[in-house]
Amino acid sequence: MNIHANPPRTAAEEALVAHADQRVAAEPVAGPLAGRLGELRRAARDAFAANGLPHRRVEEWKYTDLRALLRTAAPAPAPVSTADVAAAGAEAVAFPDVRRILFVNGQLVASASDLSAEAGLSILPLSEALASGQGAIEKLNTLAPQKYDGVLALNTAFLDEGLVIRVDAGAHIARPVHIAHVVTGTEASATYTRLLVDVGAGAKATFVESFQGTEGVAYQTNDAVELFVGDGAHLDYVRVQEESLSALHLATMMVEIGHETKLHTFTLTTGAKASRVSLYGRFSGTHSHAGLRGATLLKGGQHADMTLLLDHAVSNCESRELFKTVLADESRGVFQGKIVVRQDAQKTDGRMMSQALLLGDEAEMDNKPELEIFADDVQCGHGATAGSLDEDLLFYLKARGIPAKEAEALLIQAFVGEAIEFVENDGLRDALIDRAEGWLKKRVA
Amino acid sequence: MPAVQETVDRVKSIDVDQYKYGFVTDIESEKAPKGLSEDTVRYISAKKGEPEWMLEWRLDAYRRWLTMEEPTWARVSYPKIDFQDYYYYSAPKSSGPKSIDEIDPEILATYEKLGIPLRERDILLGIEPQSGSRVAVDAVFDSVSVATTFKAELAKAGVIFCSISEAIREHPDLVRQYLGSVVPVTDNFYATLNSAVFSDGSFVYVPKGVRCPMELSTYFRINERNTGQFERTLLIADEGAYVSYLEGCTAPQRDENQLHAAVVELVALKDAEIKYSTVQNWYPGDKNGKGGIYNFVTKRGDCRGANSKISWTQVETGSAITWKYPSCILRGDGSQGEFYSIAISNGFQQVDSGTKMIHLGKNTSSRIISKGIAAGRSENTYRGQVTAHRRATNARNFTNCDSLLIGDKCGAHTVPYIEAKNASAVFEHEATTSKISEDQMFYCLQRGLSQEEAVALIVNGFVKDVLQHLPMEFAVEAQKLISVSLEGSVG
Repeated sequence: MNIHANPPRTAAEEALVAHADQRVAAEPVAGPLAGRLGELRRAARDAFAANGLPHRRVEEWKYTDLRALLRTAAPAPAPVSTADVAAAGAEAVAFPDVRRILFVNGQLVASASDLSAEAGLSILPLSEALASGQGAIEKLNTLAPQKYDGVLALNTAFLDEGLVIRVDAGAHIARPVHIAHVVTGTEASATYTRLLVDVGAGAKATFVESFQGTEGVAYQTNDAVELFVGDGAHLDYVRVQEESLSALHLATMMVEIGHETKLHTFTLTTGAKASRVSLYGRFSGTHSHAGLRGATLLKGGQHADMTLLLDHAVSNCESRELFKTVLADESRGVFQGKIVVRQDAQKTDGRMMSQALLLGDEAEMDNKPELEIFADDVQCGHGATAGSLDEDLLFYLKARGIPAKEAEALLIQAFVGEAIEFVENDGLRDALIDRAEGWLKKRVA
Repeated sequence: MPAVQETVDRVKSIDVDQYKYGFVTDIESEKAPKGLSEDTVRYISAKKGEPEWMLEWRLDAYRRWLTMEEPTWARVSYPKIDFQDYYYYSAPKSSGPKSIDEIDPEILATYEKLGIPLRERDILLGIEPQSGSRVAVDAVFDSVSVATTFKAELAKAGVIFCSISEAIREHPDLVRQYLGSVVPVTDNFYATLNSAVFSDGSFVYVPKGVRCPMELSTYFRINERNTGQFERTLLIADEGAYVSYLEGCTAPQRDENQLHAAVVELVALKDAEIKYSTVQNWYPGDKNGKGGIYNFVTKRGDCRGANSKISWTQVETGSAITWKYPSCILRGDGSQGEFYSIAISNGFQQVDSGTKMIHLGKNTSSRIISKGIAAGRSENTYRGQVTAHRRATNARNFTNCDSLLIGDKCGAHTVPYIEAKNASAVFEHEATTSKISEDQMFYCLQRGLSQEEAVALIVNGFVKDVLQHLPMEFAVEAQKLISVSLEGSVG
C-alpha cells in the first residue's frame, strides 16, 4: 500500500465536496431510519472529503485515473418531463418476458414501471423503504468494503434514489426483473442510484439492469448494487452497460454469498467513454458456487475497467471468473481480479480467467490477476491472455468463401459467446448475444 | 535420493536450526565509523583509492538518496530500518593480497567450509574431482573482494574478471560507460543507497565474439556484526559474446537483522548471451523469526543489441526478507529474456520476488517460470510485470507461476501486471496454487520414505523445470538446499 499525501483537490473534487455538504445539511429524512441515514451520508461525505477521487497512485485505480477522467462535477439532473419518460421508455433495451422498472435521469418513474405485487416479491422505492424502515433496508450499505473508495462514498453521500427488493424465502420468481436506466436531455448531469436485493433462503430470482443515455452528452452515472444471496438461494444478475460514448459510468457491485447458494453475475459492457466496475464478492457460507463473468467490447478511444475482489472467507466454496475483452481501434481494457483465500477457507476451488482480443494496433489491455492465499488445501488458478485474432482460423474461414470482415465477426462472436453462454435465462442470453452481434455489425458497417 | 538423505542427516545433527552456514569467522577487521553520512561515502571511496569522478558519482547518489522514501508497496513487513545503525564498510584487516597465498588463512578456511575452492593450485593438481568443470571465483568477504581466481587464464581469452574496485582503477573507461546505464542512480531507494556506498562486487567484460572459457562465479559472505553489504556487479557481454555467471551468498547466524542491498547490471550487446544464476542462502533468521538478512536487491539486464539474450535463474532459500525483481529490458530487436525462479520460504521468512519483462524492440520474446513454495509461517509473493510497448510488434511472453503451500499458517500470493499496448503482442499468463496432494504423499510413504523425504522428493519434482536451467555445479547444491529449507515444515 502506498502512503502518499493526497495532492490538492481538483476543481471537480471541490465542487463534489460542496454538493455533498449541501446534501448532508439540507435533507432531514423523516422516518425510523433518519438518524442512521444521516450518519451514513455524513461518514461518506467525510471519507470523500479526506481522499477525494481515486487516482493513479492508488493501487486499485492504477490504470483508471478518475481524477483525470472526472474533470467537472456535473449538476443534478433537471426534473423529468412526460416527453422524457416516453422517449426513455422507447429507447430502453427491450428484454422478452420481463417485469420492467424505469429510471429516467436517475429517478424512478413509478408511472412507467411495473411495481405491482407478486407473491414472494416486494419492490419498494428506496425513499419509501427509508421512510417506512420496512423491508431489507436495514442491510443498506452493510457490504461496503472497509476501504471506502471515492466512488462508493459519493454514491452513499448522495443516496436517495433506488430500489429495495426482497425475495421471500422459498419463492421462485420466474419472470426476470429488469431495471432500465435511461438518461435523456442535452445537459450533462450526474445521477446516483442504488439497488439493494435481498434474496431469502432457498429463493430463486433473476435481475437485469441496463444503462443507456443520449449520445453526445457527457453525463455521469454512479450506480451501486448490493446483493444478499441467502442460504440455498439461486440468484442471476445481469448488467448491460450501453451508455452514451461520451458518458462516464461508475459502478460498485457488492455481493454476499450465503451457504449452499448459487450466484451468477454477467456484465456486458459496450458503452461509455470511460467506465469502471468495482465488484466485491464475499462468501459467508460454505459449499457455495459463484460464477462472475463478463464481456467487454470497445472501440474508438473507449476505456473500460473491470476490477473484482473475491473473498473466500469460508471453506468449500467454488468460484469461476471469466472475462472477455475485445478491443478495437485505440480502446483500452483493464482487468484487475483478486482472489483472497483466507486461512479457514480450506478446500477452496477458484479459477479466474481474463482473455483479451486486440483488434486495433493502438489498443491496450492491462491485466492484473492476483491470488492471495493463506490456506493450504486449495486449488486456485488464474490465467490471462492477450493477443490478436488467430490467423489460421481466419484463413480457414476465408478459404471457405466467408469475407474477411464477416470471418472476423464470427470469431469475435464465438470469443465473447464463451462468457455469455453461462447466462441461464434463455431470453436474456439470446438478447445478450443479439446485443454483442449488434456491436459487431455496427463496427463492420 | 542419497543427496537428500545425506542432507537430512546433516541437518538433524544441528539441533536448533537448519542453517549450516551460520558460523562466524573470527578475524580482525577494519570498519568505517558506524552510520551514514557524506563522510562515510568519502571514507569508502578513499579506501578504494577511487578517482574523483567516482566519488562525485557516489556523493550525487547519496544526496539524492536523502530525498527519497523507502518503498512500502511490497508485501513484506519489518520494523523501520535505522540506516544509521549499520557499518557501511568492513574489510578484513589483512586485505589486499597479491596472491592466493597471502590471503588470511582464516578466510580461506571460511570459504573452504562453505565449499568454495579458492585455490586454483589445488584444482590444477587435480584435488578437485571435476577438473572438467572449472569455475573462476571472485570471493567477496563483507565489503571487499578477497580473491579472484583464474584471472590469468581468463585474460588470455581477453575476458576481464575482477572486483569492481579494481575495474574502477584499471578499466575506468568501461566502468564509466556502463555503470548506472541499466540501473540509473536514482532508480529506487535501495539502488540509490547502493550507488552511494557500494563497496565491492564483480566486474566482467567479455569482448566481441568471445565465449567465456569457464563459468564465472562470485561468492558473497557477510561476516561482521551490524554490517550492511552493498555489492555492485557489472557484467558486459560485447557483440556475440557468451558468459555464464554464478552467484552464491551466505552469512553467519546473528540475532540482529543485517542489511544487504545489491545492484546487478547486465549489458548484452548484439548477439550476446548472458546466463546469470543465483543461489541465495543468506541467513533466514531463527525459528522464532529473530535475526536474518534483509535482502533488497535490484537486478536488471539490458538486451541492448539485436538478438541478444539474458537469462536469470534464481534459487531463493535464505534471507528474512527478500525484495528482488531480476528484470530484462528487451530493447534490441529479436532479443530474448528469461526468468526461472524457485523461491522457498519457511519459518518467518517473507519473500516478495518476481521479474519485469519490458518489451521495447520488435520480435522480442520472454519466458517466466516461477515456483514459490511457502512453509511454516512464511509469506511468499510473486510480483511480476510484463509490458509490450507501442512499437514492440510481435512481442511474445509466456508466464507460469505455481505456488505450493505446506501447512496452513503460511501464505502464497501472486501479483502479476500484464500490459499489452500492441495488438500484435501475444501474452499468456497462468498461475496455480495448490498443496502436496495426499495421494502423492501416501504413495511415497507407502514405499518407505519418511514424511520429510517424501516432501523433498515431491518438491524437487515441482521445481524441476527451473532446476534444469541451473549450471550443473549449482543444480546439485540447490537440490540439497531445497530439502534443507523445508526441514521441519511437515508434521
